[in-house]
Amino acid sequence: MAGKHCTARSAERLTSTCAVRVSRRSVLCAGVAFGGGLLLGLRLSLGTAAAAAAGTGDFAPDAYIRIGRDGRVALVMPFVEMGQGTYTAIPMLIAEELEVDLDQIRLEHAPADEKLYGNPLLAGVQATGGSTAIRAAWLPLREAGAVARTLLVSAAAARWNVEPGACRARRGAVVHEPSGRSLGYGELAADAARLPLPGKVALKAPAEFRLIGTPVRRLDAPGKVDGTAVFGIDARPAGVKIATLAQSPVFGGRVKSLDDRAARAVRGVRQVVRLDDAVAVVADHMGAALKGLAALAIEWDEGPHARLDSAAILGELEKATDGPGTVAQTVGDVGAALAGAASRVEATYQVPFLAHATMEPMNCTVDLREDGCDVWVGTQVPARAQRAAAQAAGLPLDRVALHNHLIGGGFGRRLEVDGIVRAVEIARHVDGPVKVIWSREEDIQHDLYRPVFFDRLSACLGSDGRPLAWSHRFAGSSVIARWLPQAFNDGLDPDTTDGAIDLLYALPNLRVEYRRVEPPGVPTAFWRSVGPSHNVFVTESFIDELAAAAGQDPVAYRSALLDQAPRARAVLHLAAEKAGWGRPLPAGVGLGVSLQFVFATYMAQVAEVEVSGDGSVRVRRVVCALDCGSVVNPDTIEAQVQGAVVFGITAALYGEITIENGRVVQANFDSYRMLRIDEAPSVEVHIVRNSEPPGGMGEPGTSAIMPAVANAIFAATGKRLRKLPVDPAALKHSA
Amino acid sequence: MAYDITVNGTTHHVDVDGDTPLLWVLRDVLAMTGTKFGCGAGLCGACTVQLDGVATRSCITRVDSLGDAAVTTIEAVGATAAGASVQKAWLEGQVPQCGYCQSGQIMSASALLARNPDPTDAEIDVAMAGNICRCGTYPRIRAAIRAAARSNAKGD
Ligand code: FES
Ligand code: FES
Repeated sequence: MAGKHCTARSAERLTSTCAVRVSRRSVLCAGVAFGGGLLLGLRLSLGTAAAAAAGTGDFAPDAYIRIGRDGRVALVMPFVEMGQGTYTAIPMLIAEELEVDLDQIRLEHAPADEKLYGNPLLAGVQATGGSTAIRAAWLPLREAGAVARTLLVSAAAARWNVEPGACRARRGAVVHEPSGRSLGYGELAADAARLPLPGKVALKAPAEFRLIGTPVRRLDAPGKVDGTAVFGIDARPAGVKIATLAQSPVFGGRVKSLDDRAARAVRGVRQVVRLDDAVAVVADHMGAALKGLAALAIEWDEGPHARLDSAAILGELEKATDGPGTVAQTVGDVGAALAGAASRVEATYQVPFLAHATMEPMNCTVDLREDGCDVWVGTQVPARAQRAAAQAAGLPLDRVALHNHLIGGGFGRRLEVDGIVRAVEIARHVDGPVKVIWSREEDIQHDLYRPVFFDRLSACLGSDGRPLAWSHRFAGSSVIARWLPQAFNDGLDPDTTDGAIDLLYALPNLRVEYRRVEPPGVPTAFWRSVGPSHNVFVTESFIDELAAAAGQDPVAYRSALLDQAPRARAVLHLAAEKAGWGRPLPAGVGLGVSLQFVFATYMAQVAEVEVSGDGSVRVRRVVCALDCGSVVNPDTIEAQVQGAVVFGITAALYGEITIENGRVVQANFDSYRMLRIDEAPSVEVHIVRNSEPPGGMGEPGTSAIMPAVANAIFAATGKRLRKLPVDPAALKHSA
Repeated sequence: MAYDITVNGTTHHVDVDGDTPLLWVLRDVLAMTGTKFGCGAGLCGACTVQLDGVATRSCITRVDSLGDAAVTTIEAVGATAAGASVQKAWLEGQVPQCGYCQSGQIMSASALLARNPDPTDAEIDVAMAGNICRCGTYPRIRAAIRAAARSNAKGD
């Protein structure tokens, strides 16, 4: 394939003589790096790789490995660190095959560029989300590491005039074993850059891994324990002023009148910016900005949603499930099976709006000048953010520089660019750079929310208790339809139904239907574990109901339906065994189980829950067994599950955004409660090891815990909760 | 009004209203951004600093209330024995995820260990319940505090 043209359009310039190599999995090109080292460009996007393989044109790399003449390895990476350990796991993949130590690799943020850094599992959008990073990078990065190593070995062999087979790469150097000679990668990089790409490279067998699969320490941890880590909110361009804002409390409302005299009299306040639907106070420091904001007298024109409330929204969804929806999956003949059944199990479920409540409140710093614009922010979607900023600023894309930062919690919130657009709107009125920081109240009341859903289920059982038919119809918002419209087709999208279709269990007759109903005025968004955050709660609660209706043990009942899913069965049994499933428990204590296959990871959880006389619920212990295929960093997997479980328990016990008179009722952590350390369970994680392709780990723990808690409450009290969050009043004196 | 405040052993002269929260004096006036903003209402602990060694929410601490109290922040807590052992345990236990809450967690944990070198689990829960971690690092925070307490007992 050498000779095909390779274009590297932005971050790096390759020489015109660069060689290109196409494999089944990825495309690589190699050339001389600026400054004379070896530069490898690779394409993680499978679509483009396929196009290049088919000989249909140029390709642009979306990740780079640069080996400098000083021997340092730099990795320009398209994914964003937001706590999930990506900055450690991704370099591990390269270091493994390149035979360098992890601390020889330096990471650079990829600049904003959708064409170059689009995530292949997210339809080419440059985004970190959906637990996709490791899945997208697993083969291409290892292969790139192996190619670089092969080139370096060849360069050394040529220099010594020996057989490459007699040379070995080890810890950043090539060693000629018979003579003991050794050359560092830095000394070989320039030679290696002039070699043709190897036709074929062998990847290590899993048994040969020395990094992958081991608990490696996170590269980003030191800065996070000494306060030096720089998040978006910490950006301080020279002369920056601080602004905070009030947006219309009612969705879709506008500023009707503003009296800002008192605000402008506050010491440190520089100006008040009035926008169509928001007011911002710009000051020397946030203390003055907040004080000024409190002194504003704003009258709002509340607009068409002034009467909106949660009950009405839910009522619309419930009504929508009376009629048929778009069929997302159908197997057998559900109608006939249900019609012929002597009895049915029927239930309705509902889940609420949820806010993201990232620890770092929304913020964005903008320096808007006549001829250009700089944006400092932490975003999961750099290219989209740059585009939005350019549009809001009225500037061409290449006049906008986006400086991405560590993210103080993403969970889907920072897949949205509303805060960036808002900051640019404010910056248009401000001379010099301005940092717009949202108060926590603004952050919670002007989020885009995990949608409300209403679900209606119906099933019938055979004489052996096994489900004969399963019908699931639900209504709610499609986030995809707004965020990635090209993926919303014929009334369906791949996210809203994820976790509701392709169930693990043997279900001879199955029908899943979805009705898209958008809540008027209330914006919706992805939220950690996305579609499954709703669907797995519903389906794993309902299968528990079927087990109860059949008079069978919930683990045994599920297991019997898993003949076709041995990996699922294995994690189910492992979790049950480690949790001591079946052991006698004190009154008021129960074990609940859940099982799922989402984000390409199998996961079972057993929650041990205690319900007190006053109905309050405490999750004491969670045991999780998972099979995510190849394990990159087991320590990160454990941390992700621990965190996802806490995130999910927070939602199951406390999470609910309610709308009254068109506005969000909850405002800060007193009314939108977070699980705290004194309420947090112990979380045990058991990993089934194999060498299947890796699955995602950022999200599955959240969807799995919610039904496990609800099922445990049922086991403890006999009360089936079909609505989240848990209502302690419904559990009073039930234990 | 102008105030003289002592932060990490250095006296700073700051000219702000007396009701200005210490948090914003640190972050916006003194450019010490290690202390974080989470809620502004004493509900989350992200802004925790130590006043004369006591864990204190800087977002609800007026600058005119400081007097001559010594303010210690994450930037300098490593210079205290408890702070150093907590930071070490935090790294060894791989506590941080997004990391945003961790300055506050470390300030609370080191204040706890400075006054109570061998806390019980219940005492850990009480001392740390004011610090929210949205990433859910609680199991590791508990383990790291126990590890720091053990290493102090051994004198390393
Ligand atoms: S920011 Fe001070 S307690 Fe939350
Ligand atoms: S590590 Fe992210 S909030 Fe605690």
